[in-house]
Amino acid sequence: MIYLDNSATTKPFPEVVDSFVTVATKYFGNPSSLHELGMKAERLLTQAREQIAAALGVKPNEIIFTSGGTEANNFAIKGVALQYRHRGNHIITTAIEHPSVSEPCQQLEQLGFEVTYLPVNENGIVTVEEVKKALRDDTILVSIMHVNNEVGSIQPVEEIGALLARYPKTIFHVDRVQGISKVPLDMKKARIDLCTMSAHKFHGLRGAGILYVRQGIQLSPLLAGGGQEMQFRSGTENVPAIVAMAKALRMSLEKYDKQIDYLLEVKQAWFNELKTIPSIQINTPFADSAPHIINFSLNGIKPEVFVHELEKRDIFVSTTSACSSKKKTPSKTLLAMGADDKRAESGIRISLSFENTLEEIPTAIAAMKEAIEKLREVTR
Amino acid sequence: MNRIYLDHAATSPVHPDVVKCMIPLMSEVFGNPSSIHFFGRQSRQAVDEARAVVAASLGAKESEIIFTSGGTEADNIALIGTAMANRHRGRHIITSMIEHHAVLRACQYLEKQGFEVTYLPVDEQGNVSPADVKAALRDDTILVSIMFANNEVGVLQPIREIGELLKDHQAYFHTDAVQAYGLVPIRVNDYHIDLLSVSAHKINGPKGIGALYARETVKLSPLFYGGEQERKRRAGTENVAGIVGFAKAVEIAQETMSDKQQEYRLLRETMLSIFAESGISYAVNGSEDRCLPHIVNVAFPGTNVESMLVNLDLAGIAASSGSACTAGSIDPSHVLVAMFGKKSERIRSSVRFSFGLGNTKEQIAKAATETVKIVKRLTTK
Repeated sequence: MIYLDNSATTKPFPEVVDSFVTVATKYFGNPSSLHELGMKAERLLTQAREQIAAALGVKPNEIIFTSGGTEANNFAIKGVALQYRHRGNHIITTAIEHPSVSEPCQQLEQLGFEVTYLPVNENGIVTVEEVKKALRDDTILVSIMHVNNEVGSIQPVEEIGALLARYPKTIFHVDRVQGISKVPLDMKKARIDLCTMSAHKFHGLRGAGILYVRQGIQLSPLLAGGGQEMQFRSGTENVPAIVAMAKALRMSLEKYDKQIDYLLEVKQAWFNELKTIPSIQINTPFADSAPHIINFSLNGIKPEVFVHELEKRDIFVSTTSACSSKKKTPSKTLLAMGADDKRAESGIRISLSFENTLEEIPTAIAAMKEAIEKLREVTR
Repeated sequence: MNRIYLDHAATSPVHPDVVKCMIPLMSEVFGNPSSIHFFGRQSRQAVDEARAVVAASLGAKESEIIFTSGGTEADNIALIGTAMANRHRGRHIITSMIEHHAVLRACQYLEKQGFEVTYLPVDEQGNVSPADVKAALRDDTILVSIMFANNEVGVLQPIREIGELLKDHQAYFHTDAVQAYGLVPIRVNDYHIDLLSVSAHKINGPKGIGALYARETVKLSPLFYGGEQERKRRAGTENVAGIVGFAKAVEIAQETMSDKQQEYRLLRETMLSIFAESGISYAVNGSEDRCLPHIVNVAFPGTNVESMLVNLDLAGIAASSGSACTAGSIDPSHVLVAMFGKKSERIRSSVRFSFGLGNTKEQIAKAATETVKIVKRLTTK
């Protein structure tokens, strides 16, 4: 089996599953309970928060646990908009955000907010100049993803942060779901106010995510109730999944330190090999992209048929982001990069983890060539 | 020390079979259900099967079950989601003073958004009166939210009667069944319930997963946008292992329901008879005829709840002052205040014991005996 769909979800590390099981069975208390078992659970929660904060270079009280990336993105965007609407009602984002950013923005438009969706260049990158041009006195939020989930393009988050430092009333949110543990980002240096991460994209478990909330930022809550997470997010804390997430993050960052050069080698090899397939077009900009995402178009072959064809050969890739893979609409990222409809409708995404190897590539490439040949025959 | 856990209403241990069935979903069938390949389809199938189990447990259709991150999220969608989607039909909401904070805080949020909320009182037994619901109903009432059973005193609310009242009214009927689910039978159609919240970790399932039942005619606007999961009512990659673990817990809870009822009634009797024989002064809070079998909330006059809990904990007994979510705060329980008033001594001297998986008659006898000792010590002058 060759699993090349790590941007949809990663396989949890065995150690992560073990931590989950241990905490779920031995330390099952409710962290809000005052008794011994509750306090043990609370200590584990505090420890996980401290470990994650240290790994990210921020303070523990700036880490808010959520049920995942979608909740964190919804919370960041709507939380800022509703909390700071007295300051203004303008929001800036890009045309290539994940739906959990773009759809809350659309919802806010219906509530009377004005949203500017910035274009990207042919490499799938938004420029600082575009952000600067769009900024207004009433801009309360700028939300820019770190690494695009479809093509892997890296956005100039640090430069945008430097620009926004001159706009103290504008809050800066970064969706770091695809970038964490693959592309370094100093959140303090980049002057990020809010930052989203999701455990299951770095070999943690589904059901846990992080919203970094810089000290001093207020957010209108998305989930009201018991006042957990320093009043930011109510609901009994998912302690086992949170502890498992802390472990997954530590392990992933260690893997980055040890294996990033190898992953870059794997990426390079993939590019080299894909270039030998004449009928495909590579959409990912090699130089300005994350080490783990490679997107190409099949030119005339239906991408879902291609996915199934590869699956028969035990190779798993995806059409586009998993969240929209059922829609037969063209990729909005590819369209924003200037692709025509045909190219934008036939995108295939390969997404790697530190578990993928050079040895897999010849097998996978041969299978892809076979599949393409077979499907071309069919369509001819 | 062999600790005795009597705080199952705050959270409960995960059933070993639940953990067992979750492991393969984390380490083997780990796909994203939205992915079209094999791993994705396998995960999708696991979610579908789990949905069928949860739906059947409530007599609902599969399409009416929305998986959430837990009870709080389910309550928030039920309240805020329906209010926002139905504001054109009216802006009045009815709830009670003894709801869980997930409902009460959502109502307060809605008040800020221009909705009007009526908070119904309860009697000394902790019952909401259907007559009060009827009197509070207006043409512009869009939602009535009354919990199935209270989480602090365990009192079962007159859900059938309220459902009957609302049958021909435009208002949706939401019930927070987090505490009752798995312990008493619930059929959404028999009770005319339109929305119902449940949570896995209260029934020996994992944390981080719950569900909202929403009748197919209910219009609601999602809290989370961005992805077509849960029929566009709740975006976010499905927590497949959590969902499957939840369904397993539901299965076990359904199968063992009548046994548990008997068992917990026996535990309750054991505890209360030891209190009665000991000669200490005590009073059970909440109606004893209409209550969940596993919750015993008792006032010990002359004691203070904080010192009671500290002493119990030192004796190896985990109990609570009320809902875990208010446990950290020194404010008296809003439920007891609603029942007895702010000036009553009961609101500062009551302890909640809640039974569950693993508790034995011997444990309860020991806990009751220890409680008696502590009460005697604390009340001797």
